[in-house]
Amino acid sequence: MTFSFWHRQKRESELEEELQSHLQMAAQDRADRGESPEQAKGAARRELGNVGLIKEVTREMLGWASVERLMQDLRYGFRMLAKSPGFTGVAILTLALGIGANTALFSVVNGVLFNPLPYPHPDQLVWVAESKPNFATGSISFPNFRDWQKNNRTFSAMGAYRPYSYNLTGLGEAEQLRSMLITSDFFSVLSVNPQIGRSFAPGEDEIGAAPIAMISAGLWKRKFGSSPDAVGKTLSLDGKNFTIVGVLPAGFDLGLGSFRNVDIYVPLGQWSNPLLPKRGAGLGIHGIGRLKTGISIAQARADMEAVTGSLATAYPDADKGIGAAVISLKQEMVGDLRLFLLVLLAAVGFVLLIACVNVANLMVARSSARMREFAIRTALGASQGRLLRQLLTESILLSFTGGVLGLLLAAWGTKAALHQLPVNLPRSGEVALDARVLIFTLIISLACGIFFGLAPAFKSARPNLHDTFKEGGRGGSGARHRAQGMFVVVEMAMALVLLIAAGLMIRSLGALWNVNPGFDPHNVLAFGVALPPSMNSTGPAGARAALRRLNDALSAVPGVTASSLSWGAIPMDSDDEDLFWIEGKPKPASENDMDWALSYVVQENYLQVMRIPLERGRFFTARDDESAPHVIVVDDVFARQYFPDQNPIGQHVFLQNKGGRAEIIGIVGHVKQWGLDTDDTESLRAQLYFPYMQLPDQAMDASSWSGTGALVRFDPKVPAIGDALRAAVRRLSAEHVMYGAQTMDDIISSSLATRKVSMILLGVFAALALGLASIGIYGVISYLVGQRTQEIGIRLALGAKRTDVLRLVLGEGMKMAALGLMIGLVAALGLTRLMAGLLFGVSATDPLTFAAVALLLTLVALAACYIPARRAMRVDPMVALRYE
Amino acid sequence: MAPRYQNRIELLQGTLDLLILQTLRWGPQHGYGISQTIRTNSGDILQVDTGSLYPALHRLERQKWVAADWKVSENKQRVRVYRLTARGKKQLESERSRWAQVSDAIAGVLNPAKKESEA
Repeated sequence: MTFSFWHRQKRESELEEELQSHLQMAAQDRADRGESPEQAKGAARRELGNVGLIKEVTREMLGWASVERLMQDLRYGFRMLAKSPGFTGVAILTLALGIGANTALFSVVNGVLFNPLPYPHPDQLVWVAESKPNFATGSISFPNFRDWQKNNRTFSAMGAYRPYSYNLTGLGEAEQLRSMLITSDFFSVLSVNPQIGRSFAPGEDEIGAAPIAMISAGLWKRKFGSSPDAVGKTLSLDGKNFTIVGVLPAGFDLGLGSFRNVDIYVPLGQWSNPLLPKRGAGLGIHGIGRLKTGISIAQARADMEAVTGSLATAYPDADKGIGAAVISLKQEMVGDLRLFLLVLLAAVGFVLLIACVNVANLMVARSSARMREFAIRTALGASQGRLLRQLLTESILLSFTGGVLGLLLAAWGTKAALHQLPVNLPRSGEVALDARVLIFTLIISLACGIFFGLAPAFKSARPNLHDTFKEGGRGGSGARHRAQGMFVVVEMAMALVLLIAAGLMIRSLGALWNVNPGFDPHNVLAFGVALPPSMNSTGPAGARAALRRLNDALSAVPGVTASSLSWGAIPMDSDDEDLFWIEGKPKPASENDMDWALSYVVQENYLQVMRIPLERGRFFTARDDESAPHVIVVDDVFARQYFPDQNPIGQHVFLQNKGGRAEIIGIVGHVKQWGLDTDDTESLRAQLYFPYMQLPDQAMDASSWSGTGALVRFDPKVPAIGDALRAAVRRLSAEHVMYGAQTMDDIISSSLATRKVSMILLGVFAALALGLASIGIYGVISYLVGQRTQEIGIRLALGAKRTDVLRLVLGEGMKMAALGLMIGLVAALGLTRLMAGLLFGVSATDPLTFAAVALLLTLVALAACYIPARRAMRVDPMVALRYE
Repeated sequence: MAPRYQNRIELLQGTLDLLILQTLRWGPQHGYGISQTIRTNSGDILQVDTGSLYPALHRLERQKWVAADWKVSENKQRVRVYRLTARGKKQLESERSRWAQVSDAIAGVLNPAKKESEA
């Protein structure tokens, strides 16, 4: 490097000397021919021409020039940008916002969609579930899982998990902890090792093994001050002592929704659910697995087909029709978010494009102001390529500064935004500005610079010297107007696409909010109450008494208008199913042949709490208790599905797991259990209600569950109802814990969260696009009016009416806007189809949205043109003409 | 206006190289000498532009068709003297034959009648 620099310096001075000697010899020759020395010198110099240019061209021949020229262009570019801080500031800020938003969103997409899972050989990780006639991915029964583990040939390890919540007592105030029941293989599938202690050993996950637990790093810190002594200590969970054997690494989060904030891991065999050993039981257990090296998912599926096939033969009663679903683990984590994120990425890309077009517009406007500068440089011998390079250097300088600033914005903003998102974004911990994000930012910055640098560069690099000098720098050429007009058209088109996308999302959400959920979600609070471990030994009668006391305490709270304990399903939050068959039909041979319905175990005031309409018959009363004949209430979907031509009231059904025969006493309206958007398309929609107190005695064994759900309707005028309820629960005993309170409104709202976030972000992007586009059209029209002041003055002097002038200018703007709208409408017709999956109750080409948005954009464009048009209208012909 | 020098280089590129190489065949010369020789030998019709000459010389040097040394002239002036290399001689041969082809071809186009009568 040093050598070549020195070498270059030498050649440079040699060239200088060579040209000097040429000059001298030429002058000498002329002098010899009799010219005076001064004359000869001057003539020789003229003959030689532009020494600087010769040197530059020669240097170019030698290939040294590029670096030097780049430095020169950069220096010059810096000077030019510093000279117009207003332009530079606006351009850089626009770009920084555009690039920053793109970088931020790309870092999310990169972290969530593109990055491999943070475990060794992530491609081998899969998620497994039972495929059943009604559920593509249903839960796996424990005995089936054991056989899958044993009989498969394609998995190197397979682990099962089931979310749970434990009531922790004895370590400070009693609290409810999110927990996970897992098999011993679970962490070895992921190759995750505890930071201290050990994982569960084979056999420790069997039913009847000693109670042990692993805890999260968070709980370890909170309860044990991260002391290594924690291993070996005991935790009292639901009144049972578990020995801590290990602590998980900090930040372990599998990324499946149910693993969020899990603090306790317990072997699955510790679950005291009496159904656990039953082969036909669907208990919310799912699995993860690691494929053997070189095994594809398709091979694993074929293998599991054989495994489940032989199980179906061996246990037709429970396993007929049961297959295995094998899905890549990453796909299971992010599947739903793919479309959501890609649509947002496309939208934010559009915003950047509009920002670029605006900056290009500024550049063109500025380059027309710089016409004289370019003309002078050309006259001094600058080549066209050189001017082009100069302009590109300046624009790339701009876009890189914008890019660096955008990167800072993204680095600062991404984490903040992720915390604000009401969506539980899986893998959000893995969102970071890694090398791929940096390269992405670099590339879009470069692309932006080239994009908006090139347009004005082509315009300005071919200046017509003669005209430019003659016009005294007021160079106004039709070509430039056309270019600016094109920018406006492009901006309008892109803004229209974004606005339509946002409009469709708004319409979808509006349609969703108008969907009747089947109940009144306002002023309803749902929560859980953990019951004291001491209740474990009270027996069914004691448990029922305690539950009655609890409900009495809740309904006695001032402000509570109705309350009901609940078990099983809560609309849009959690679901539970019951198997049954109808009396009069033969009892099905296996559980797989039984019918099933969503099951709500509730008390007599449930209809008042939820305001679900009673259609026929009656609902439960307090007298439908453990000593009365069993009764159920069904919804209208159930009634229509199972009793299409009969009156269901008075009919009997047999409930497989809830004490057998029960009489249908009433029909209520259907509740949208699966959410406002998808409920209609689900296969399992029939619903049945069962009286809480009639739960069979074995279900009333408090040791098999840790608490109960509860729902209350409250008076919104009473403040802090949650605190009052919490206090009422605490008054029953110090070990009663109220947890997980959320209003039904919140539950519905969070079921729409992904759509809502899409709507908000698309709305923000569309508003940004609209703002940028209207600034763009305003700028262009203002500029045109400024250029045509004389013409307008002449028109007015010749008798044109002021309204004619207004029409002229508005017409000019509207022509561009109309073209932009047309292109935008066509583009939107093609593009919005891609987001059909995010829409509800509105077609991707909804004419109303298209028309409304086109109208809105026209009005905005009209307003943006109106201000300069009024200025044109007020032109004083005398003043305008005097300028000439 | 802007691309004046560059255009002329492009226009003359092949021809100028040929003229320079041919001039150097009679012995080493400095840049000014080369331009004067071309001018004189063409009967003052071809005036080699300095802005084309030096870039061309440096390019030929880089292609190793000519080599340059600093010498002191009769006027006690340090001058850069160019001479033809062996590769340059070969290049000159091929350029000459190509030039002959081109000029024959152009002549043929300009005088089609003559060609026809010959045929």
